[in-house]
Parts: sequence; structure tokens; C-alpha cells
Amino acid sequence: MAQTERRRDAPELPDFSLLKRVARDQLIFLLEQLPGSKDLFIDADLMSPLDRIANVTILKQHEVDKLYKVELKQVVSTSDQLCFLIRPRIQTVKWISDLVNSDKAAGRFRRYKIIFTPQKFYACDNILEEQGVYGDITTDEWNFYILPLDDDILSLELPEFFRDNFLEGDQRWVTTGGSALYLLQNMYGSFSKVYGIGRCAKMVYESWREQMEDGEKRIKQPEFAKVFLIDRDVDFVTPLCSQVVYEGLVDDIFRIKCSSVEFGPDVTSSDKSIKVMLNSQDKVFNEIRNEHFSNVFGFLSQKAKNLQTAYDKRRGMDIQQMKTFVADELKGLKQEHRLLSLHIGASESMMKKKTKQDFQELLKTEHSLLEGFEIRACIAYIQEHISRQVSMIDSLRLLCLLSLTENGLLSKDYRSLKSQFLQSYGIHHLLTFANLRQLGLLVEQQSGETLTVMESKVGKLVNDKTVGKLTDAFSSLAKKSNFRALSRKLALVPKSGEEYDLRVPRDMAYIFSGAYIPLSCKLIEQVLERDGWTGLEEVTRMLNGQEFAGSAGGHSSDAQRIILVMFLGGCTYSEISALRFLGKERGCRFIVVTTAITNSARLLEALLENRA
Amino acid sequence: MTRAKPEDDEYWTRSKLKAFTFDDEDDKFSQLKESKRAVNSIFDEDDDDDEDDVERVNWSGEPVGSISWSVKETASSGHSGSEQGFPKIDTTPSLSKRGSGYSLSSLFKAKSKSGGFQSFSESFSDTSIRTYAPELRKPKSDAKDFVSDLNPEETVRRMRKGRGYSLEKFRSLQDKLLLLDEAVALYDGNVITAVLIYLKKSLNKEILWRELMPRDVALRHYLHYLKEMGEQKLLLELLRALGRTEDMALMQYKEHLNIKDEGKRKDFLKSCISLPFSQDDATHVQDHYTLLERQIIIEASDKNADGEIFKRFPRKASILNMPIITTLYYSCFYHYGEPEGTYSSPANIRKTFRISEKQYILTALGARAKLKLWFDVDSLFNTKNWLGYTKKKSPIGFHRVVDILQKNNAPISVLQEYVNLIDDTELKLSTALKYKCHDIVINTYRDMKDRQQLAAYGGKLERDSPEYRKMQAILNNGQIKWKN
Repeated sequence: MAQTERRRDAPELPDFSLLKRVARDQLIFLLEQLPGSKDLFIDADLMSPLDRIANVTILKQHEVDKLYKVELKQVVSTSDQLCFLIRPRIQTVKWISDLVNSDKAAGRFRRYKIIFTPQKFYACDNILEEQGVYGDITTDEWNFYILPLDDDILSLELPEFFRDNFLEGDQRWVTTGGSALYLLQNMYGSFSKVYGIGRCAKMVYESWREQMEDGEKRIKQPEFAKVFLIDRDVDFVTPLCSQVVYEGLVDDIFRIKCSSVEFGPDVTSSDKSIKVMLNSQDKVFNEIRNEHFSNVFGFLSQKAKNLQTAYDKRRGMDIQQMKTFVADELKGLKQEHRLLSLHIGASESMMKKKTKQDFQELLKTEHSLLEGFEIRACIAYIQEHISRQVSMIDSLRLLCLLSLTENGLLSKDYRSLKSQFLQSYGIHHLLTFANLRQLGLLVEQQSGETLTVMESKVGKLVNDKTVGKLTDAFSSLAKKSNFRALSRKLALVPKSGEEYDLRVPRDMAYIFSGAYIPLSCKLIEQVLERDGWTGLEEVTRMLNGQEFAGSAGGHSSDAQRIILVMFLGGCTYSEISALRFLGKERGCRFIVVTTAITNSARLLEALLENRA
Repeated sequence: MTRAKPEDDEYWTRSKLKAFTFDDEDDKFSQLKESKRAVNSIFDEDDDDDEDDVERVNWSGEPVGSISWSVKETASSGHSGSEQGFPKIDTTPSLSKRGSGYSLSSLFKAKSKSGGFQSFSESFSDTSIRTYAPELRKPKSDAKDFVSDLNPEETVRRMRKGRGYSLEKFRSLQDKLLLLDEAVALYDGNVITAVLIYLKKSLNKEILWRELMPRDVALRHYLHYLKEMGEQKLLLELLRALGRTEDMALMQYKEHLNIKDEGKRKDFLKSCISLPFSQDDATHVQDHYTLLERQIIIEASDKNADGEIFKRFPRKASILNMPIITTLYYSCFYHYGEPEGTYSSPANIRKTFRISEKQYILTALGARAKLKLWFDVDSLFNTKNWLGYTKKKSPIGFHRVVDILQKNNAPISVLQEYVNLIDDTELKLSTALKYKCHDIVINTYRDMKDRQQLAAYGGKLERDSPEYRKMQAILNNGQIKWKN
């Protein structure tokens, strides 16, 4: 497993567990602001992050009596102090306001406190004011910006960032992104260089820079050499591909939540499900997480053999030896045994599931799309996928990949595929298609002419000052992915027919069975290599520009080879694996900061309209 | 606002002292001390060894004791408050301090920032424990916190930092727009929305919309805000005013998702038909209405249906709000063979929703195979030529047909028949191998004159079975010219 061996000169990573301690201490402080016994209501999606930094005992120590999940339903609590730990969402604040008002109507006196995390929005205050409960509720902010998911993964745990920013065009999380970087800088030292690409990346960088200028200057040795910020919409192809690296596959199939996963009875081969933490602490997992799935079985069976040998050592031991064995080794072996059987179970279960859904054929279609090979056959495959009514998300994913790689669908294909899709999965998906079009994920090919006419028409309507902003907006509407050209320019798709030994990966393409080097990671590699965007002008033009590079004010020190990559809108485990591989090749380490861990299903589900 | 300041400050000073003076000797505050230590240690180069017991995160994976677990159990045990251990904050005064919206919120902001808890980022600029002992903290710019004559730029900057601000002085349209443009220039969506809320309250909507039109970023924030607030009517009006009629139509159509009652839903969908959709979407919305209309009729008659088929296969769910293809499947399952005139017949559904032959065959095949009515399956593919011979034809590949039959546990004889219809020899062979259609495998190897493969296949057959004997007979047949 060449993968897991670190190059000897690779730098050590900073200790991010400090972030957890600080967040926890701040939470404790906030809870103590409402002294006495209280019931705590927690937003559903905050529970897992909270679990990573605190536990019930800690909450109880600070006089939290009962814990409830925020469900926007009637409250049964009898406590006279209610505390709400929530994301700053209008719906939740409305619900709390209603609760306070109904208490008032019933003549019931309670104390209320809302703790917004990571920050409060003015729109929330406005609700409280409009509902006439401003002042009845105290509010606070828990600036829990970053949750370390692993040694090299930091997450903002804001999956809504993606939809808010890219679909709705709401920049509410820009400052949050800047604050997260500012926090890292203050705790771990400054950066010497910053690069980035994307509209949001640019804004986050600006926000961070301004916070830096406003804040007190701290002179600290830089712990990160470079920072790279990238918008998710720079590369939609990568997160839409099926993941075949172990960790990514586990995420696609079982959905990892805050680096914890629930394995059902089919994995545990008992009647119980168990929750497992998947991170570098799990020795077995750590060795296979970045491996192509086809290597995992071999590795696990080798591991099982080794384990057997280690157990077998007991034979022929005398009492003294046995004693040392039990004291020193047995516990470790048992632990390893447990993990091993778990991952073997998971692999088997994944194999079964994937065989059942004809995964081979699906992958073949994806690879053809990436390569631009036999597109008609791909379309036929997608059609059949849709007409069989199998996985809606997979159908959507293939349609988006087709559109992205082909720069949009021909009108007649678009129409017939859309009609079929609506017939198979429900007509209300009209709304899904509208969202996908807005994001440029699934579009009808437009002749260049129509676009120019539209732009010039709009140009006439408004004065010069705003024309720039508008054309920006339009270019995002009519965004072309230019995937083929980018792929050629950056050599993302290796020539077909070449053998690719997945055991000995030669480049980042191994994460997609050697079929495709993720665009996002390739850009990062290129920019780091060139120390900027020079020579990549054509590439950035095809990506709609918005690239930048700058010095972050920290002192450059070449000894620091830790590079922070911030994904705005989420990144996948496959991309993290690719960056780990790149780091190993180059003798540096990557730390991924992401607004959330994503995958194709999460990304597309965020664009559905289930609620009105 | 300015008048309220002195007493307010006093209150906060008082409450601060009351709330957060902690005595180092007092054991009850050991928790806070731990916090202090932890925070201090961040800036200590050499951590002391309390790290291990601070880091109590449960890696083992046992969720017992975790927060999600506890919430699921909806909290049972736990002692109710022994309150004496904790300092009290007297919160009553804040109730009496009511005033106009924005000034109040600014007061509040200022208070919570200086007296309560500081923003994380700020706290780290301070190298010490002061964060956790707010009585030691001096507000950064107390004097300026209530200055009301700030220019737009300074105002939005203060807003971003959560400091006190007042928007009331921005009264002229020009000032309001300057404020908005400054907010946009700051990139902070939270501030942009805050300014928009103020503009919404203080400007006639037509004026506001006119000004938003060339300001795309602000406009998108405004639209999103209205969406989140559920101000559907206003939203539709605005989209219409912007000339974005298609968006408006979709937005209105989306409302149907909120209507539970199917009758009302149907009526609502009917009202949507005339909305200015794109041509294609208009057809789809029309279909949506027709579909629900038919489903309601079918549901009403099938709900209490007691026909043979309903007894043998009781319905698991209602057909309401299911996709078209599911409805077709349902109809092929329960209403097969009904005349085209009835709404519930497959033929009627096929025609009404312009379902392609391929899709129809696929769906009907699935339904009839599920019922194991192989005769129906056969007749789906039978065509008669002009001489009256029947021949099987299919718009979908026969290997797909086999797949579907196999998934529905078709008997081997039925499978064999369809495997034999696969044109491509290799595909036929691999399908036959996959589903163990021995006879076809043997015949294909024979036709390919592949003696070796045939002999090897013998290993997979049961000795003395008819297939095995057939294979032996072929291998012993001297007339075949084997290629190997």
C-alpha cells in the first residue's frame, strides 16, 4: 500500500483538536448565561457536530435537563427555561416566536434563549421583532465555525451553503467563510500565499482580508504555506461521478455523517446496526480509505491472514509469555479484529448492492461521457435507466454529466429526456429542471446568437455602471462548462486503451479507475506548481475567469509545506483522496477546509423542491 | 436612543458584575476554570497534560451517551436544577426597554457584543482569558457605538461586525440606495438582507423594485428573503413586474406541493394550466392536472374494489400523486384488458400521456411478469406476418426482456424461449450462462463448433440429467466438424 506510507519529509499537521475544545468551552459559557435548570432544543443537523465536541454529561453538568430535537412541532417541555441551539433559519425563529406567543397567551412565564450558530442573521432578529417577542428572548452567538472531522479535514458543516450561494445567490455565508479562515489564522499562524478561483472564493478572500486588517495583528510563524480557495461551481463534473475509492464509496452508499457511519445488519451480520467513527484513528480504515475499491478485498484478506498469524503465536507459549501477550498485544489484536470484520462486512455489502444495480454498466457510461465517446449509446443507456424508474438521483446525475460534458443537450434530446424523466419520477420535477438549468448543470444547447441578442437587449435597458454586474449574472445563467476543451488542455482524461494499474497509481486519475483526473484537484496542482495562474490564461477563461492570487501577509517560509484548500460549496471524499495522493507525491500535506462533505446525491438533493 | 444609553450601560455594567464575577476559590466554578485553562493552553507552547481528559470525544462508536442518542430517547433522567451553584442574570429590565425597531436592535447588538459574548474571531485577538471573564473586557469602541451620523460605508461595516448602527437617518432615496450599494460592495449577504428589510419597510414597493432591477445581487437576496419569509403573493407580483413570467409561473405551480387535499390540489393544478409557462412546460402541467384527475377517479372506484385481482394482490398504497409510469404499471396490473374507453385502462393511459411503445412494453411486461401471466407476456411481443405466422418482435432488446422476466422469477422454459430470441450470439451465450439456460448454452457451443468449451461446461451440469446426456451425445457425434 504505497498510498498510506507518508513520505518521510512530509510535514506534521497542526493539532486541530484545539478547535473542538475552544468551541466546547464557548458553548459551556453560553449555557451558563442561562443559569439554572433548562431544556435544550437542538436543530437536527447540529446534533452530529455537537456530538463530536461535547456529550450529554457535559450538557447535564451545565444544568441542561432534557434534550429535544427541533421539529417545528408543539413543545411538551415543562421546564420554565428553554434554550434553543439552532442555525440562523427564518423558519426556526418563526417557530420559536409562535411558541413564546402561545406561552404568553396561556399566561405562562418562561425564560427563553436562542443560541445561533455560527452566527445570527439580521433577518432572524427582524422576525423576533415582527412577532412581538423581541426582548422576551435573549439571543447569543456560538461561533462554532469549524469542526475538525479528521487530522486533515475541517468542515464548516454548512450543507446549505451550496444552495444558498449558488442557486439562490444569497451571500449570507461569505463572511462566515472569511471568519473561518481568520480563526484558523489566529490559532495556527498566518499564510504566505493565497490563490483562488470563483466568485464566492474571491468574496470570501476579501472578507477574510478585511477581518485581518480590522483585527489585531499577531505575529506568529506561519503554519500553512499556502491557501487555495475554490468554488464548487468551477467543477461540477467531479462531484457528480460515482465514487470508487473506499471512503467515497462508503459515503455514496451508507452516507457518512460527521465522519460517523451507521452500518446496518447486512454489514454487521447480526440483527443490530452500529455506528462507527471513520477516521485516521481506525487503523484498518486509515489504510484502505484512499484505495481504489478493487484493491480493498486483497488488502483486507492479507490483513486477516496476518491477524491469524499473530493470534497463532499463542500456541506454544509458556505462562509468562502468555501473560505478556495478553497484556501487550491481545487488546490491540482484538480491536483490529473487530475493525477488520466490520470493513470486510461493509465491502461485501457494497459489492452486493453495486452488483445488483449493474454498477459496471453505469461506470462504463460515465467513463464514455467523460471521454466523449459513443454519446448516442450513453443517451440510450440514460433513457433506459429513466424508463426503468430506477434511482431518480442516478438518472439525474447522468443527465447532468451528459449536459456538462457535452456543453448542453441538443434540443430534441433535452425535450425527450425531460419528458421521460417527468413521466417516470413525477411531473413536479419541472421545478428540479428549472433549478438545474439555473445552475448550468442541465441545459439545452443554445446557439451563440440567442445569447448575444439577449445580452445586448439587457445592456440597453440599464446604465453602464450596472452592465458589468448584469453580464456577470447572465454569463452564469448561460454558463458553458467547456469540459471537453478543458479536459484536452489539462489532459484530464488519459488516452483510452492504456493500461492503468490501480495498485500503483501514477496520477490522481486512480480515484476514478484511471478514467479521469478531477478538474478541481488538477487546477490546484497546476497553480501550486506554477506559483500562480501564469500560463493558465486559456483555462481560466474557459472557467469564466474570477481567478486571483495574492500574498496573505504572512512570512513565507519554505519549510512549511502545508497547504490549505478551501472548497466553497462542498467537496467529496474522492477529491480529498486525490489531494492526499498529490501531497504524497510532492512531499507536502493538504488540509481540506470545506463548507460540508458532499457527494452526487447530496448535491442534487439540495436542488430538489420538496417544500414550497 | 441616545437618552436610553446611560441607564442602559449602567444596567449592563451591573449585570456584568453580577453575572460573571467568579471567585477563584469557589469550587463551583471549576468548570469555567477548566475552560480557562483550555483557552490559555491554546497559546501556551507546551500544553499541560490535562489535554487527555479534556478530549473526551467518544471514538469507540458507541452512541450511548451521545447527544443524538439522548435526544432520541427524549431525555429521561437528570436532576432538576440545583440553581444555587450559578450566578443569576437579571433579565427583566430588557423587557421594559422597548423602542423602535432598529435602534433597539442596535442597542441590543452593542450590549451583547461588549457585555455578553464576543465574536470568536475577536476573542482570539486577545491573548488571554479576558474573553471568558467579560468584566475585564473593555468594549472596543464604546464611544462610537451609538454614533448615529455614520456614512453608508461605515454603517454597513459596523453592521457586518455586529456593532450598533442605525438606519433611520437614511431617508432620501439616494441615501437608501447608497447604503444598499455599500452593503453589496461588502459582499456580506446578511448585511445586504438587513438593508433590504429596511428598504422594504420604508419604500413603496414599486420604487424599490424599480431600483432592484439593475442590481442583480441585491435582487437575488431580496427574492430569496421573500421566499424564506413565505411572502408568496409579493414574490409573484415582483416576478411579474420584472418580466420573469416563466419564473413566476413555476413559483406559483410550486404551491401545489403544499396542498394536501387531492381535490383542492387538482383544482389548483387546473388553475395553473393558463400560467405563462414555456410551451413544453405548459404541456407537462396540463398532463399533471389530467393525471391527478384520472387518479382521483381510479382511486375512488378501486378503494373498495373486491374483484379477484384485488383480493389476490391487495393494494399496498393509493395511486394518488404517483408518477405517470407508476400509474400505467398499476393499470397494467389491475386493469389489464379493459377497453380503451375506460380511464383506468392501460390503452387509455398510454394514449392520453403519449407514452412511447418502448416504455409501454417495458411497463406492461413488468406488471404481467409480476403476475406470472406468461401468456400475456407472450402476446405483448407476438406479431403476425401476412402469411399468418406469429413472430416475436420487441422494441427493447430481448436480453432486457430476459432480465425483467428473470427478476420476476420466470420459469426456465419461459426464460429459454426469450434467450433464444437474442440475435447477437455472444450476448445470447452470456445471458444463457448467467441464467443457467443449459440447453441454449449447449446448442450455442455446438453451433460454434467449440468442443472444448462444451466439454468444460459439462462440469457445471448434473450427471445423468437430460442436459448432460444431450451434451454427451453431441460430443460423441462424429458428424460435427469441431474447430478444436
